[in-house]
Amino acid sequence: MKIIKTAGLLVLLLFVIVFPMLFSNPAVTTIAVFTLMFAAATTGWNIFSGYSGYIALGHGAYFGLGAYTLAIMCQRWNIPGGYLPFLLVPVAGLVAAAFSVVLGWIALRVRRHTFVVITIAMFFILQLLAYNLKGLTNGSTGLGLPIPTDWSGDFFNIPFYYVTLAILLVAIAISWWVRNSKYGLGLLAIRDDEDRALGLGVKTGPSKLSAFVISALIVGMVGATWAYFVESIYPPTAFDATFDVAVALMAFLGGLGTIAGPLLGALLLEPTQQYFTLQFSQNGYYLVIYGALFLVILLLLPQGIIPTLRMRWGKYQATRHQRQPEGENDHTISTLPGQGDSASVTRKEGINL
Amino acid sequence: MERGLIVGIIVEAIITGILTGGVYALMASGLTLVFGVMDIINVGQGALVILGAYLSFFLEQKLHIDLFVGLLITMPVMFGLGLLIEWLFIRPIKRDRTMLSILVTFGVALIIEGFLNIIFSADNVKLQAWYITASFPIGGFYLSYIYVFGFLLAVLLLGGLYFLLYRTKFGYGLRASMQNRIAAELIGVDVERVSMITFGIGVALAAAGGMAFGATNAFNAGSAYDLISRLLAIIIFGGMGSLRGALIASVGMLVVEDVTSVVWSPVWASTVFFILLVIILLVRPQGLFGQVEGRKQ
Repeated sequence: MKIIKTAGLLVLLLFVIVFPMLFSNPAVTTIAVFTLMFAAATTGWNIFSGYSGYIALGHGAYFGLGAYTLAIMCQRWNIPGGYLPFLLVPVAGLVAAAFSVVLGWIALRVRRHTFVVITIAMFFILQLLAYNLKGLTNGSTGLGLPIPTDWSGDFFNIPFYYVTLAILLVAIAISWWVRNSKYGLGLLAIRDDEDRALGLGVKTGPSKLSAFVISALIVGMVGATWAYFVESIYPPTAFDATFDVAVALMAFLGGLGTIAGPLLGALLLEPTQQYFTLQFSQNGYYLVIYGALFLVILLLLPQGIIPTLRMRWGKYQATRHQRQPEGENDHTISTLPGQGDSASVTRKEGINL
Repeated sequence: MERGLIVGIIVEAIITGILTGGVYALMASGLTLVFGVMDIINVGQGALVILGAYLSFFLEQKLHIDLFVGLLITMPVMFGLGLLIEWLFIRPIKRDRTMLSILVTFGVALIIEGFLNIIFSADNVKLQAWYITASFPIGGFYLSYIYVFGFLLAVLLLGGLYFLLYRTKFGYGLRASMQNRIAAELIGVDVERVSMITFGIGVALAAAGGMAFGATNAFNAGSAYDLISRLLAIIIFGGMGSLRGALIASVGMLVVEDVTSVVWSPVWASTVFFILLVIILLVRPQGLFGQVEGRKQ
């Protein structure tokens, strides 16, 4: 079973690596790049919000910080278009992470609803600053990034594809490590019952803050890559309110607190969104359809695809092995719809993907 | 003379701040009330306010109904819309209420914004009426009548809300549900019905706030984002679930903004308020009148 799983993952990885060679149409690779970006950002977001249960709805702030940091660095240091700006992407991520230390420290003093609302408010503060600090950000005129002139139309997307893929793989590796470490168990304990976790010796404060900073680092790097990809950034596009919610929705759709969930969510939603944007260029129709899609997903699959599938599979296994009960399945049986809660994912430690 | 002028400008800013603060209190009280009773955050409130403003705009442009008279139509309509939203989208959420409610109401906001864009285009509009253009002198400067009328409307509606909450049987049920949902159910309060009506009231208040907002600001569907960020800031500042906090924070926010914009620059007006908010949160994470969130079990 394990061999099949590993082989399957390797085949998947190989497919993702050769994807741009199979589909060289720039329209397709552009959507692929955006999808990888959202997959990486959602995975990063999930490391904090999915595992710790603290839903942050202001990660657009770190996306924008990464984007603006890269743009400002390229402008100040006159960096030409080419491969050089990619080397600055981790630096932009670190700047976003540095901001997240302070903002996270303030926001994490409260719990639940107030935390959610504070992250939203902080996002809007940074967006306002991007408008107002004209000396640094050029206000609503926006900033341009260096354009790699020697990359032709067909080749242009390829470097972005692999850079984003690299960020995504790093994000998945971190997510996997966190999920399987004692540190990650501490985060999951915080999600289930923070006070009890504290009582059991989990250092809740440092755990939450470090997870917040890790997620901001990844989202910041994605933001920087995005800025270089789209070539010019403005306060409402770099600090995008829909980004805040898009990552949360993707993680929710796939399955909050799982490793594959955010990837699946991004893979399903981002191409759909890109398609709608192309199809309905007038803003209004696109918003109505996207909003409706949003509501349908949330109301039909409030637990996400992966947890729902896992639950079904568990039930199927349980009915098949009814005469030879296995300890592992006991819990699964009790999580019938309506009885279980989102925490049931935590308790079943056996499966991670 | 020079000093007298500056003082005059600041006094003017404080007066307009208090008057417009009343209007924000109207919108924010709907938000905080819904949070208190239902434990959900309606991030669609900004879009609902703008929808209310557009409804008033439509009645005024097409049917030539006065803005204040039009409220007799828009508020019941929006109340009904609130009941519908609650019944269709909020009630089915069984677990993870807080989180899912934010996402669901955001989805509702996107749909409203989309429809408004389609119907009214993205151009800025402003409501028209004689009391918006006419103004009267007050201690050295001129004030448009709409500020006073808007403030009176807010006082009237918030007074009505106070009466409803503290002097009627429904209000007792509502406050009981706010304090303890399960205990309220046990003593015979129909919490589901109370929730539904509360949501409707919140949306109806958004309609009234929207009219007053649209009369003093040019707006389009995108104004919802700016509005919801301010409303959320107001209810965190005042303490989530506290009506008193929402009133004080609304007036405080608008006074700070108006004074900042005359003594420094309009560009920094909301930033200064947000910085104040962060300072308050450092000292009092639960906001001015909020309750410390304890263990929930």
